[in-house]
Amino acid sequence: MNTILFILQKEFLQVFRNKNMLPIIFLLPVVQLIILVNAATFEMKSIRLQINDYDNSGISRQLISKFQGSPFYNITQAAYTSLDPESSLKKGNCDAILELPHDLEKDLRTKGVVKVQLIINAINGTSGGLTYAYTASVIQDFNGILINEQIRPQNPDKSRTIATTHSFWYNPELNYKTFMVPGILVLLITVISLLLSGMNIVREKEIGTIEQINVTPIKKYQFIIGKLLPFLIIALGELAIGLTIGKLLFNIPMVGSLPLVFGVAAIYISCILGLGLLISTMTDTQQQAMFVSFFIMIVIILMSGLFTAVENMPHWAQVMDLFNPIAHFIKVMRMVLLKGSGFNQILTEIYYLTGLSFLTLGLATWRYRKTS
Amino acid sequence: MKRFAGFLYKEIYHIIRDMRTLIVLIGMPVVQLLLFGYVLTNEIKDAKIAILDHSKDEVTSELTQKFLSSGYFKLSRELQSENEINTLFQEGDIKEVIVFEEDFARKFEKDGNAKIQIINDASEPNTANLLVNYTNAIISDYVRQSNRTSTAAPGIIPEVQMAYNANLKGVFMFVPGIIAMLLILISALMTSITITREKELGTMEVLLVSPLRPFQIVLGKVAPYILIAFINVVIILLVSNIVFHVPVRGSVVLLLAESTLYIITALSLGILISTITNSQQVAMMLSLIGLMLPTIMLSGFIYPVENMPLPLQIICQLMPPKWFIIIIKNIMLKGVGFTYVWKETLVLLGMTAFFITLSVKKFKNRLE
Amino acid sequence: MVTTESIIHVRNMVKKFGGFVANDNLNFDVYRGEIFGFLGANGAGKTTAMKILCGLSLPTSGEIKVAGFDVYKETNLIKRNIGYMSQRFSLYEDLSVYENIRFYGGIYGLSRKLIRERADFLLETLNLSDIRNKLIKDLPLGWRQKLAFSVAIFHKPGIVFLDEPTGGVDPITRRQFWEMIYQAAADGITVFVTTHYMDEAEYCNRVSIMVDGKIRALDTPEGLKKQFAAATMNEVFLKLARNNQSV
Repeated sequence: MNTILFILQKEFLQVFRNKNMLPIIFLLPVVQLIILVNAATFEMKSIRLQINDYDNSGISRQLISKFQGSPFYNITQAAYTSLDPESSLKKGNCDAILELPHDLEKDLRTKGVVKVQLIINAINGTSGGLTYAYTASVIQDFNGILINEQIRPQNPDKSRTIATTHSFWYNPELNYKTFMVPGILVLLITVISLLLSGMNIVREKEIGTIEQINVTPIKKYQFIIGKLLPFLIIALGELAIGLTIGKLLFNIPMVGSLPLVFGVAAIYISCILGLGLLISTMTDTQQQAMFVSFFIMIVIILMSGLFTAVENMPHWAQVMDLFNPIAHFIKVMRMVLLKGSGFNQILTEIYYLTGLSFLTLGLATWRYRKTS
Repeated sequence: MKRFAGFLYKEIYHIIRDMRTLIVLIGMPVVQLLLFGYVLTNEIKDAKIAILDHSKDEVTSELTQKFLSSGYFKLSRELQSENEINTLFQEGDIKEVIVFEEDFARKFEKDGNAKIQIINDASEPNTANLLVNYTNAIISDYVRQSNRTSTAAPGIIPEVQMAYNANLKGVFMFVPGIIAMLLILISALMTSITITREKELGTMEVLLVSPLRPFQIVLGKVAPYILIAFINVVIILLVSNIVFHVPVRGSVVLLLAESTLYIITALSLGILISTITNSQQVAMMLSLIGLMLPTIMLSGFIYPVENMPLPLQIICQLMPPKWFIIIIKNIMLKGVGFTYVWKETLVLLGMTAFFITLSVKKFKNRLE
Repeated sequence: MVTTESIIHVRNMVKKFGGFVANDNLNFDVYRGEIFGFLGANGAGKTTAMKILCGLSLPTSGEIKVAGFDVYKETNLIKRNIGYMSQRFSLYEDLSVYENIRFYGGIYGLSRKLIRERADFLLETLNLSDIRNKLIKDLPLGWRQKLAFSVAIFHKPGIVFLDEPTGGVDPITRRQFWEMIYQAAADGITVFVTTHYMDEAEYCNRVSIMVDGKIRALDTPEGLKKQFAAATMNEVFLKLARNNQSV
């Protein structure tokens, strides 16, 4: 126990003495949390819709002003144009083009039905789908007004309806930040922990001090614990700072139990540190260690469900994600913080995280050999 | 020139000898592209829902059937009471609960007005929003069909044309982003490390006192990575075309030329990083944390720049990948020519010039 | 203080790396209290043998005991009883003098009180008390080396292994360094030292010379000079090396 304390003391001294690394460890994550949370939004602020009005009639102008009245739209060039109709789509000056044909009003009055072209830039499939949904519903509304007021008041005799009401639980305003803060926080903690631990032993290898330690009677487990604990404490500290910022700046709810969050976090961070130490024992230079960490990190981060929901992934990817610690921990953070899930409800995740921690730490201890 | 060739040869030899790194450099992009091409998707399918049916009649079962056959939903539980919902959501698997009111069929047929309540776990706001939309669409579809007796409702009917990506495939969005991200990471990261490493080992000074000119040294260190990154671009384009059927609608030559420009931008950024720092560790941290996350999040790779708050949109303008992503999307997917991307090209050129000028200044200061 | 009690006991030690034989059937004893010089050209197998004796690597075969403990099974007991100073620099540059002493003392299991007392005494005798809180990276190389040696014997081991301890320092510092080695030997610590400075071999009680994985000669410096009819150890070494080439 005493031996471990001596290692702890030394590691802390080294971390806090490195003036280059301190801001990277403590300042950068905070700045990134603030910036990235604001960046990560799928909320559609405004759709840049270009309306090519070839009709220029009362009804077409009414439709245009209906769009202009909506906060979701930014209408450009709402007038007759003879240009290549799609050129602004190609240039990226608008997201969608609505073409109102000649005789829109006339056909509407005589035939009752008019088809209009809606061309959407669908490179981003999600935005494309949403744009269509919004636009279609505006036109639907407009049709309702037309029917009721202008064209011919229909007899609403036997038309049946189903009224739907919806309630969004846990996040009634559909605030995307609420969703992203816990996830991005996990991401930042992971990056820092993995890099710190991944570089650590390999650094001692490079400068040669590892040999000096290997001739001492220190035990493997003492060494590994001594290396792990400082980073565990630093990472938990960062989690606390991050949560405070989340609360103060983004006002994210913390419905569930904070001790539970920190408890699971400790398991999770141990797992990541174990992974880092494992990388450290398998490589000879910091450059290699960094490269391997970077490769692993990109894969587990992008598969974690932070950006795109795990449920939407193909089955094999979901199976792979069972072994992805980030996926489990992001899920836990979101469940506990946003929904107030309790210990029993996150038991599966805890089992997986504990198992993975034992796996990485076990492998790291086994791989770290004092004799060759 | 001969001297320079010898130096270049040494650099290439260094890289080739380190097979492990080389495999990572060439193999990583392919693995990642394959992985993310399949994995990164926002298309919802088989979302788990629960149904709370207070009525249990033919209309509710017809509607339930409609929900489940849509492909969007998968029934995971049938509930008995509202009290179960909270626990259900807290367990995390179920995203939506659909509640039919009592006496649903009678109210629908006789009164012409029945109520459905849709409750969502909105801790994932986007999913919640999409699910509600899908549910509503299915319900109105059902209503329209059961009202078929009356004539078609008059009005304007939008005919949608999904330009450039008719099937709304996620890969179309992600391939350009993955190219931009991998290129900047490989190029900037590798150059910054390879140069700081030389500094750390003290061999940089040996090179500096040699008759080689400083720019020849830097060029020699950087040239092999231009080649590797270029090979990567070609492989990525081939894989995305063959496996994911992402087309290259515009000129391939233009696309490759723009990619080369972007690689050079990234390399010059790497050189700049290496002139700022002397330790590999700091260079890595700067490249990784300073480049990786912003490239993923501030470049339009996953999140559209237009949706961000204004200050962030301004920061995004400073990200080389942002411009490159616009360029590849335009050339690959929209199939437009140089006249549509000259502005972005100019921005990248400007950034490259800026990075190089700054590095040269820093480099000179150090020597004096 | 040199005794005839064997503290390092090596019989038929062999170490192979694949097909390459780094240590070919070594036999020798080191006696308690002596300064034992382990000489040889670069690549002769010195460092390999030393790593085995320190428990850093396992031999392929042979019977080896260090401080009475078996190198196969009792490496942890061996490690408790030895000190080691490697040719690569082993102090943490970003820690201060005292922090380094405290760290290494700590992992050898000394109490904080004992560490403080011994460190005070040590720094005073080395005349380094006023730089106790300076970072290692701010110290000149000679001081660092003296400190590294002091740290290696800080836990008062029975044997200390020195792997080319004086590489890269000036002759005066080397002189001072050897005075410290003598002091340690006088305090009862057996010193096992590798070097390729032949003049340093003169300072040892006994010297062994390795060529291509084998021990070619082992005696006191006087005895070796007599045996090879040479005036200096350097000559002895050159004759041995030439012999080997003609074989």
